Amino acid sequence: MSVTDAPFSVDKPRSPQRPAARRSNFELYSWLFMRLSGLLLVFLVLGHLLIMLFLDDGVQRINFAFVAGRWASPFWQFWDLTMLWLAGLHGGNGLRTVINDYARKDQTRFWLKMLLYVSMIVTIAVGTFVLFTFDPNIGN
Amino acid sequence: MASTTAHSAGAADRAGNARLGGTLYRGDPGMWSWVAHRITGVLVFFFLFVHVLDTALVRVSPNAYDVVIETYKHPVMVLFELGLVGAVLYHALNGIRVMLVDFWSKGTKYQKPMLWTILAIWLVVMIPGSYYLLVKGFADLFGGS
Repeated sequence: MSVTDAPFSVDKPRSPQRPAARRSNFELYSWLFMRLSGLLLVFLVLGHLLIMLFLDDGVQRINFAFVAGRWASPFWQFWDLTMLWLAGLHGGNGLRTVINDYARKDQTRFWLKMLLYVSMIVTIAVGTFVLFTFDPNIGN
Repeated sequence: MASTTAHSAGAADRAGNARLGGTLYRGDPGMWSWVAHRITGVLVFFFLFVHVLDTALVRVSPNAYDVVIETYKHPVMVLFELGLVGAVLYHALNGIRVMLVDFWSKGTKYQKPMLWTILAIWLVVMIPGSYYLLVKGFADLFGGS
C-alpha cells in the first residue's frame, strides 16, 4: 500500500513531470480495433468457411472458374476485400501482442516484428492487387 | 525476500484456488480460455498467410491456381479443414465472450458460465460438422468419385 508516492494535488500544467499527457493512445485504439474488427470477422470468416467448405461440394468444386464466377459479383469482391484487410490487420495485431509478450531480448522482439510487418504488408498488398486486377480471361 | 514471497505465492497457488475463494487467475478456466485464444489465433494467422498467397495464383494463370488448389482436395485434407474450422470457431466464440466481458456490465460476473456456453455451442456445431466432413473424406478416399 504505497500511497505515499502519489501526490495529493495535481501538477500544474506544463510542469516537467507529466509524461502521461504525452503518451500515445495507440494501444487503446489497437484494443478497440481488435473488438470491432473481430465482431465483423465473426460473420465474414464463418460465412466464408461455410460457403467454401460445407455448401454444395465444399472444397472439391473450387477452381479458377469458380473464383472467376464469384468475383464477377461486386458483393463478393467487397466481402473478400474487407475480410482480407480486417483479417490481415487483426491477425497481425494479435501476433504483435504475442511477440511483445514472449520475445525476451529487444533485438529478437525488433526483428520478429519487422518480419511480421513485412509479411503483413506483402499479404495485404498482394491480396488487394489481385482483387483489383483480376482478369477472368487471363488464360486466353 | 523476493524469493520467499514468490515461493509462498507458488505454494498457495498449488494448494488450489478454492481455499482462496477463486481469487487467483492462474490455472483458472479463464486462463486456459485465454491460452486457447492465443494458440488458435496464431494458427489461423499462419493459414491466412498461406491462403492469401495460394489465392493470389489466380493472377498468375488458371492452371497454376488449379494445380495448387488440388492439394486441398485430397481426402486427408478434411482433417486440416476440421482443425481450421475448429480453431476459427473457438476464436470467434471466445472473442464474443471477451467482448461481453469488456463491454457488458455483468460480463465479468458471468465469464465462467459464458465459457461453458461457448464450449457447448462449439461442440453442437463441431460434432455434426466433423461427421459431415469425415464421411465426405472417407467416401472420397475409398469410394472413388
